[in-house]
Amino acid sequence: MDLVIFVEQQAFMGKSKAPQIPDFRLSPRIDQVGVGDRISRITTRSIKSSSKLQGLKMILNMIDLTTLEGADTQGKVSQLCNKAKFLHGSNPDLPTVAAVCVYPNFVSQAKKALLGTNINVASVATAFPAGQSSLDVKISDTKLAVDNGADEVDMVISRGRFHQGEYNYVFDEIAAVKEACGSARLKVILETGELGALDKVRRASDIAIYAGADFIKTSTGKISPAATLPVTCVMLEAIRDYFYESGTMIGMKPAGGISNSKLALQYLMLVKETLGDAWLSNQWFRYGASSLANDVLMQIEKQRTGNYQSKDYFSKD
Amino acid sequence: MGKSPTLEFDSKWDLSPAPESTGHINLKDQYDLFIGGKWVKPSSKKYFDTINPATEKVIAKVAEANEKDVNRAVQSARKAYNEVWSKLSAGERGKYIYRIARLIQERAREFSVIETMDGGKVIRESRDVDVPLAAAHFFYYAGWADKLKYAFPNRNPQPLGVAGQIIPWNFPLLMAAWKIAPALATGNTVVIKSAETTPLTLYKLAEVIESAGLPPGVVNIVSGAGETGAAIVNHRDVNKIAFTGSTGVGKIIQRAVVGTNKKTTLELGGKAANIVFEDAPLDQAVEGIINGIYFNQGHVCCAGSRLFIQESVKDIVLRKLQDRMESLIVGDPMDKNTDIGAINSKEQLGIIKKYIEVGKKEGATMYQNTCDLPKKGYWCRPTLFTNVSQSSRIVQEEIFGPVLAVQTFRTIDEVISKANNSPYGLSAGVWTDKGSKIFNLTSQMKAGIVWANSYNKFDPTSPFGGYKESGFGREGGLHGLKPYLNL
Repeated sequence: MDLVIFVEQQAFMGKSKAPQIPDFRLSPRIDQVGVGDRISRITTRSIKSSSKLQGLKMILNMIDLTTLEGADTQGKVSQLCNKAKFLHGSNPDLPTVAAVCVYPNFVSQAKKALLGTNINVASVATAFPAGQSSLDVKISDTKLAVDNGADEVDMVISRGRFHQGEYNYVFDEIAAVKEACGSARLKVILETGELGALDKVRRASDIAIYAGADFIKTSTGKISPAATLPVTCVMLEAIRDYFYESGTMIGMKPAGGISNSKLALQYLMLVKETLGDAWLSNQWFRYGASSLANDVLMQIEKQRTGNYQSKDYFSKD
Repeated sequence: MGKSPTLEFDSKWDLSPAPESTGHINLKDQYDLFIGGKWVKPSSKKYFDTINPATEKVIAKVAEANEKDVNRAVQSARKAYNEVWSKLSAGERGKYIYRIARLIQERAREFSVIETMDGGKVIRESRDVDVPLAAAHFFYYAGWADKLKYAFPNRNPQPLGVAGQIIPWNFPLLMAAWKIAPALATGNTVVIKSAETTPLTLYKLAEVIESAGLPPGVVNIVSGAGETGAAIVNHRDVNKIAFTGSTGVGKIIQRAVVGTNKKTTLELGGKAANIVFEDAPLDQAVEGIINGIYFNQGHVCCAGSRLFIQESVKDIVLRKLQDRMESLIVGDPMDKNTDIGAINSKEQLGIIKKYIEVGKKEGATMYQNTCDLPKKGYWCRPTLFTNVSQSSRIVQEEIFGPVLAVQTFRTIDEVISKANNSPYGLSAGVWTDKGSKIFNLTSQMKAGIVWANSYNKFDPTSPFGGYKESGFGREGGLHGLKPYLNL
């Protein structure tokens, strides 16, 4: 799609103000040591008692419960959907997770299973996780997910093209997928573990945001390192700069490697101090995780009952 | 442009109190002077209160040393020097210093809690900065004790004798470490005076020195106000004066030692320029600006209190800065989440408030964060002023509080001349993505320390000290040995 038309469309679609597309080669530079300093302020925040419980409940409500394995079956997906609806039987006051995240061919099944709930179905698409395919295949992959009823689409960017400096290609591809998404919200996975430096994380974030991402997401979860606090910090700052510029909010989803409550609370604190209260909702912040929910549940039960319970009291799905 | 979108940092998710426990600390109601390895009552018979500036409650009574007491301290330091310390092998000296370092580490929690109670600084800083750095200084100089000949090849490094040391209230334990560690490593004995408002951790250090088994009289610790300091400076049997404090007092000391053979190092005030270029990593620069001025409530001689922003990025930097200020928590210093603690004393709060008034009167635009302040105690919100000029008093004079004066610049030459246009020259900060610009600026800046893309980073291996009215002599690193030696 032609860039100019795209920008006009965005403006037409009622986004508060479509800012000019910048030259992505000039994206802000990032100082790694400085980011480390910022993160050390976040990780020394002490989140206790009622603020901890409140945080844990928010986290639970921001989780995209995920299964993305070659070994996924209908049975596994149906178990996951049940878990999403009924997190922990013995505590009915809990919120639900935000979404269930699956491969496109499981979307219609998940959609059916979650009918009548607030839980969204997210689907990965665009030749996830490597993204090594043609634009046509990626578009039809996206359409498959959307036609099956996906509320949200998690795409991957073409890292090869990005590293080659073909930012227009990466931009246009995201814009095309966004168009194919229709009303589904688009999360753009940068796969930051392959980008090599925080400067590049910032540049890829800017490209994704200006090309129409509703969310930017760190990782596929398929390679290491996946999400980290410094990478998330840089992406949140890109979101903040875009908000300053346009008034438009963009969501953030760190994914992969966040498996315990303490770390998840630190992510939440980073969001609060970088972007403020408006982002503390699953409309704007998500965790992509498979095992985080149980640890959060365990901590919530500890706060509620005063005792840690055995892992065996929490369902593994 | 219309109304710009704003971020909200109100209270959707507040932090519950997370106070550091104070039950484990051991404080006496009254502290006597530590002279000749013994706790000695002051011949002045006077004691003064030291209070917690966050609660205004008295923590303990502390002895006030007069001329007679100081004389006793110097005599015991001289005796220890003549009879024990100068005869000890350098390796043995090093062992004692290592022992002090390890004991500080062992009692780190107690030290940081007391530092926070006595001075109002936040526990996050006393725990993560003051105490670990103090231990690091002792470790570092312990290592030099038996290697002085390698530090100064082809020389014959000899100790001076008795060192008289006077430290300020902003980093009590850390400044004591900066002074005592190199003095002992080079073979000198010490008479050291704490600041009037923060005497406690130095007396806790006396307990550490006792348990380290240091020979009596090698380190003597006294407390008191200006007169006690004057007695040290003027004592005839002191060979070296090391002072950290205000430029005003520094000048008095300088006059007092003229015509004597006392060696002197003075580490005085500052009004550092923190310079942000348009190509800088702006978000990290903002963090560095915050660290530069609001660290320890701005009670830092090297605080980055003059901010220079390149014209083209002024609006965005100010906006980011204000948003970051909104996320700072001001209040109980003992709470692990507090970012900005209590102002050290009522007197200092008065000085800061006076400067804020001066700033307003001079027509500057003030911005403060909007957090609530506790009712009791001495508090000042993080503050910044725009619309100031080189002639404003809040740009020229050291405020020693959380007050930042912001100016813009267009060219490199302009910012260098503005940055150097100050009677002070202790430190500076430069923020840019371009290495050559950093080297250009660091070589032209009249400042003892220049940080590039960082601020307020300290390490015992790195020398610290000023140009111009910020004093002379260096502390830290190999350079820090020199002022304690005859070469």
